[in-house]
Amino acid sequence: MRGLDSPRNGPKLGWSRVGGISQTRRVFGVLIRIDSVTKRYPDGTVAVDRLSLDIPDRSITVLVGPSGCGKTTTLRMINRMVEPSEGTILIDGVDSRQQSVNTLRRGMGYVIQNAGLFQHRTVVDNIATVPRMLGWSKDKARARARELMERVGLDASFAKRYPYQLSGGQQQRVGVARALAADPPVLLMDEPFSAVDPVVRKGLQDELLRLQAELGKTIVFVTHDIDEAVKLGTMVAVLRTGGRLAQFAPPAELLSDPADAFVEDFLGADRGIRRLSFFSSGGLDLLTAPVVAVDATAEQIACRAASDVPYLLVTGLDGRPLGWSEPGALTAGRVDVGQLLPYGRPFVAGKDSLRAALDCAVLSPTGWAVAVDAEGRAAGVVSQTAIGEAIRGAHAHASAHAASVDPKAATR
Amino acid sequence: MNRFFDIPSDLQHDWLGLIVVHLREALLPVLGGLLLALPLAQLCVRLRWLYPPVLWVTTVLYAIPSLAFFVVLIDYTGQTELTVMIPLTVYSLVVLVPAIVDGVRSVPQETLAAATAMGFGPVRRYVQVQLPIAVPAILAGLRVATVSSISLVSVGMLIGNQGALGNLLHDAQIYNRPELAWNSVITSAALAVLADGALVVVRVLLTPWMPGAKRGAKSRTAGARPESAAVPALEDAAR
Repeated sequence: MRGLDSPRNGPKLGWSRVGGISQTRRVFGVLIRIDSVTKRYPDGTVAVDRLSLDIPDRSITVLVGPSGCGKTTTLRMINRMVEPSEGTILIDGVDSRQQSVNTLRRGMGYVIQNAGLFQHRTVVDNIATVPRMLGWSKDKARARARELMERVGLDASFAKRYPYQLSGGQQQRVGVARALAADPPVLLMDEPFSAVDPVVRKGLQDELLRLQAELGKTIVFVTHDIDEAVKLGTMVAVLRTGGRLAQFAPPAELLSDPADAFVEDFLGADRGIRRLSFFSSGGLDLLTAPVVAVDATAEQIACRAASDVPYLLVTGLDGRPLGWSEPGALTAGRVDVGQLLPYGRPFVAGKDSLRAALDCAVLSPTGWAVAVDAEGRAAGVVSQTAIGEAIRGAHAHASAHAASVDPKAATR
Repeated sequence: MNRFFDIPSDLQHDWLGLIVVHLREALLPVLGGLLLALPLAQLCVRLRWLYPPVLWVTTVLYAIPSLAFFVVLIDYTGQTELTVMIPLTVYSLVVLVPAIVDGVRSVPQETLAAATAMGFGPVRRYVQVQLPIAVPAILAGLRVATVSSISLVSVGMLIGNQGALGNLLHDAQIYNRPELAWNSVITSAALAVLADGALVVVRVLLTPWMPGAKRGAKSRTAGARPESAAVPALEDAAR
């Protein structure tokens, strides 16, 4: 649609999404440029104060901050539901005031808290709203709506239902489908998931990331939840009360390098732990010596007991972990599975992050984390100490990497 | 009982004829009131400051006795049905304007914001989003206005037998036939109940999307079973 296939004039910006181990360097253009925009209301309140942001295309940019930081106002200035008092907003290099406001809005999907569905229209007609306004035939618009229902994970049987017959999570899926109906290049999302319960919210977040991987929209996402921002954002803009930008950075950099005390405070006390989500567990040295099968012979047990580990992990005949045992308590051929210490929740080596690995180690009664492969078979065990070393290694690697690519090029 | 439907000839209508006149005199004002109230309510929604004075004016007008209205109007419109219908139209506004304003205002903020963000202009938004969602409130107002209008028509008797079924009250007195008064009261009441019922049916037909209309909506949704709404909700929670 508009702009996505035209050559880009803006500068190409590059940065790495993951600080340390798995480096996927992506290159983006700027689709929306917010240029020293101020919103001042007649009573003198300043909602947004000289804000400048370059929102890269085909990625999720999250605006996050406490209430009253002007994040929703900023979002609504992009589709001109709020008109800026000063400054300009360029969409793909063109001033947003140069086209009619309704044309501008029909080119941008909008998802709102509680979905804001039209309660008097069926699900399929809700989704078909914008295509119908753009002059599509009823059949074509409805066919498109049904296609989108499938895309956002809604069963076709919902098509003829009314919004009141759906759960909050399903309504929000309809809201996302409705925003995508005319295939706009831009998606504006205003706290879309904050009114649903945490389990549904996590599902919707994962679904959004999956959709985004398929569709590659330019998404501007407003939330007050820093965890959501870190999870979803390619770039995160932290705004402070009074509508000023505190920091604009990829989430890993935000966690490792908060610009000031406000950002650090906003990120919360456990930002160090959360940053580990961006480091892969693939670099951990897994020990296989303390892993012993349930049908092991006396020699095998003795040999493993000699490898200087306080506990052995007993696995079943299929290779799945069963539990921990002290070496002395194991008798060949007579392993009592009921006597084993629980092994807790294992992590998937290479797929899960260091955060997951550390969590497993902390929760494990022995202080050792169990790594499994994709099929759930034990791949090895790793101690808290080893994970700690891996974390320090990842940090060192990240800062060396950051120095070489100069992250300021991305944050500007 | 055979004299119950024997309408004196000075009324120039039989019983069914009186009913037709009565409904015309009662329902046209409600329709006129609705046509006036829709734009007026839209103005009150858009200009918040306008609503209190409009409400005040409609209430004051409602407080004017119909007889006083007739006295003023008779100079212009004479002893006609129009003289009866104009006050009834004005009276219906006191119910209809607040019903529409409250109905339109009850549309959730998110729905309005979503409509605006999708590129609905103010007129399209009012007609396609706000009014349909206000239908239950508007019909609730219409029911009150209709029933009250049907009962008020009888006053038209005072300006030269323009009160349709109400004229029977006068005839009951002058011909000393109390059964005509019973006829007037019972027929008016029956008309009011039937008109009210008809509006309820209209409301149900217009709002298949309301939770209350569950059974109707269910039978419309092919293959929807009673438990089917709960099952996807659980599936969603499990995700």
